[in-house]
Amino acid sequence: MKRLTLPLSENDVRSLHAGEQVLLSGSILTGRDVAHKRMCELMDRGAELPCPLAGEAIYYVGPTPAMPGKAVGSAGPTTSVRMDKYAPRLIECGLRAMIGKGNRGEAVIEAMQRFGCVYFAAIGGAGALLAQRINNLEVLAWDELGCEALRRISVTDFPVIVAIDTHGHNLYTEGPAAWQNNISQY
Amino acid sequence: MRTVKCADLVDAIADMCVEAATCLPPDVLAGLQRAKETEQSPVGLAVLDVLLENAALAKREKVPICQDTGVAVYFVELGHETVLEGNLYEAICQGTELGYKRGYLRMSIAGEPLFERLNTHTNTPPVVHVSLVPGDALRITLASKGGGSENMSAMAMLKPSDGKAGVVKFILDTVRKAGGNACPPMVVGIGLGGNFEMAPLLAKRALLRELSQPHPEERYAAFEREMLELINGTGIGPQGLGGKVTAMAVHVEYAPCHIASLPVAVNFNCHVARHAVREF
Repeated sequence: MKRLTLPLSENDVRSLHAGEQVLLSGSILTGRDVAHKRMCELMDRGAELPCPLAGEAIYYVGPTPAMPGKAVGSAGPTTSVRMDKYAPRLIECGLRAMIGKGNRGEAVIEAMQRFGCVYFAAIGGAGALLAQRINNLEVLAWDELGCEALRRISVTDFPVIVAIDTHGHNLYTEGPAAWQNNISQY
Repeated sequence: MRTVKCADLVDAIADMCVEAATCLPPDVLAGLQRAKETEQSPVGLAVLDVLLENAALAKREKVPICQDTGVAVYFVELGHETVLEGNLYEAICQGTELGYKRGYLRMSIAGEPLFERLNTHTNTPPVVHVSLVPGDALRITLASKGGGSENMSAMAMLKPSDGKAGVVKFILDTVRKAGGNACPPMVVGIGLGGNFEMAPLLAKRALLRELSQPHPEERYAAFEREMLELINGTGIGPQGLGGKVTAMAVHVEYAPCHIASLPVAVNFNCHVARHAVREF
């Protein structure tokens, strides 16, 4: 299995191919619906973001509260398509990787190819196991949002699968096409 | 007649919330094991291994299987001869809040859907369905329902002339549209008949049935088997990344309906098919 250390360069990102299993180590932003909406509102106003996005990776996750002595509670991916409305703008700002679950829309995929960004799938519903790979969590902005705040985590050997690469390959369409039976009558 | 004090239920309801979030029921674990025997895609097999390891870890460490610990949906079966002392709804709300706090579960309820969407920070209000049943029972089933699979669920008011082919097409279209978003391998609940609000409720009730327990009526059991084969023929596979197992089970529930209607509802449950049951 391939091991990658964050932050990822454009070259790292463009060398990945859909279907590859990767272990990520390093620093990752976390945010979901509200954090994305607020980041785009800041951009609309020409205001500064809580942290620059160039070279960053973002994980779509809203963890459960951490038990005493733990960095984070259960922490699996949420459905990425809800962030599709905002993702192209973040990619244009230099975002290098997104981690979530489920397929993405065309505008996101186009931006990924154009600016050099990869989409990793983490395993949905494996929150207990994924949390064990997260060592630290700090809040960057909007703490009042709780699990929806913009935060930074550090991970060691965080398991992901390259779902959509920069070369036009998408495991969410190619995977099912390869395994489907003939049910064309419906 | 039998009297039940509602205040006495609070602690047990809290326990149900924690149990559902952390312990995958044996029938669902068995379903994941069976999926491993059927699956052939290497990525799909890798996903299933991780899910089984995750479930074991969650149970051992008493941590949530998934970070989305869901909306607490309760099905209350209340006997005609059961007398409730106190406020049952209030007891369920209190138990939910207590359980979600005690178990370090995620508070996932926005108090209002359209404008501020502020979190209630209590995971209440829950959704409570009550059925009146014979005898002096009080049986409460909790199905904690995650947002990912709920968001991909759908219903349609078909025409009677659409028939079985129309129903099958609607179900398969809904499954294809859901793709990996509903976290396959799923349990697919199908509600047929009833009316506009009843079909989705039938679909949700269908999710409560134990996996591998077929519909008692043979023609509906055969329909379940046929739908399972068709759904697994989509190739969507574990997590939507391609494979043989998209659903672990298909459960159908039906009810009589208007002569002009053919309501059909599809309610997905992700592989974290949580539920907990208590009799009081």
